[in-house]
Amino acid sequence: MVHLEAQNLKKVFNRRVIFQNISFSLQTKQTLLITGKNGSGKSTLIKILSDVLTPSEGSVHLTNDDVGKITKRSDYIGLVSPYLQLYDEFSAEENLALACAMRGEQWRKEELHALLQKVFLYERRNEPVRTFSSGMKQRMKYAFALVHRPPVLLLDEPTSNLDTDGIAMVKQIMREQQTTGILVVATNDRSDLETFDMQVDLDAAR
Amino acid sequence: MQRAESPTRRWLRSAVSIFRKDWRSELRTRYVMSALVMFVVTTISIVVFALGSESAPLDALSGMLWVVIFFAAMSGLSRTFVTEEERGTAMTLQLLATPGAVFFGKLLFNLVLVLGVNALTVLLYAIFLTGFVVKTFSIFFFTILFGSVGLAAASTIIAGIIAKANTKGTLYPVLSFPILLPLLLTCINGTRLATEGAFIEEAYGEFQFLVSYIIVVVTASSVLFEYIWKD
Repeated sequence: MVHLEAQNLKKVFNRRVIFQNISFSLQTKQTLLITGKNGSGKSTLIKILSDVLTPSEGSVHLTNDDVGKITKRSDYIGLVSPYLQLYDEFSAEENLALACAMRGEQWRKEELHALLQKVFLYERRNEPVRTFSSGMKQRMKYAFALVHRPPVLLLDEPTSNLDTDGIAMVKQIMREQQTTGILVVATNDRSDLETFDMQVDLDAAR
Repeated sequence: MQRAESPTRRWLRSAVSIFRKDWRSELRTRYVMSALVMFVVTTISIVVFALGSESAPLDALSGMLWVVIFFAAMSGLSRTFVTEEERGTAMTLQLLATPGAVFFGKLLFNLVLVLGVNALTVLLYAIFLTGFVVKTFSIFFFTILFGSVGLAAASTIIAGIIAKANTKGTLYPVLSFPILLPLLLTCINGTRLATEGAFIEEAYGEFQFLVSYIIVVVTASSVLFEYIWKD
């Protein structure tokens, strides 16, 4: 069982308080929905949870019942975000292999292929990512986020640039994550996530 | 995916993969290499044309060699982090690898690059500047080797700092100059000793300084990099 806990998170940019007093506690099979207007700090909160941004105040803890407190949080987190860019000059398959290697992990080609099939990019696996459309890049980001089978999945604007098939793929990934791990979704579109256990409204957190 | 055997091995795999990623990316885009090679060729051509048939003193030739190496490093080595910021992949790197692995991966890439560029610079220098004759090869070899490692180490941490700034172009030489000056002066002195035919024992002081410089810069950088790298 994995636990994700945020305590009194506050973020200040250039003396402007983006949000404050954000606290929640999640465990495996729970889902959090983060809502708020544009500029309310949804992406910032997602970045803090994924450990690429440091909060001005407060802390985030990820613990696993088996190993205790997890120091390298990003190993346990899969992130899909508009701010996350792939390496354009590399192919889809190379990007996934790179994601594993840079985490210090080994990989098997068959697993990468299975993942690329899941996001409907298997046929284009050897083409550079720069040749992909924005929707294909968004699907590629899902493969990138899931390649290490993360117990925590953070999705920022999960369906942006996706067509109906892509949205169906995302919904399927969300359903799977809701049964096996922690899911956090930041969105303005409530239809992205129909059921959730907790909600953080950032408009009320200034 | 399978986890590697130990944290050290995972760290090593991560650092090496960042180096390999940068190297493969460079081979495909020739982003840094073209700029560096063009800079070296252009600068040495200007030096050759400026001197004409005149022969410059060995002190001046040793100094000019390191001026070429310094400015070539200025034009290329900062790109390692700047390209990650410009392409938006810095966050990807932050997410995937530890700051230590990122620093050592980038350091390794800069080191290979600077060694290659310095080898080319020395080769062109030896071919076109006939007055530049190395009499003690061992001093020259170790000066170039230690100088390159020191240059790569200092450039990597400075590149990490300036990548976060808005005025990247101007900040790099401004920050580099005071940090690299002691290294460059020592390297110039070592090169002068090599061209004068000094015994290797006479250059021990220079070598000791260069090795100490490398140890201090790499140690300080590996401690500080986490705070520079994370927003």
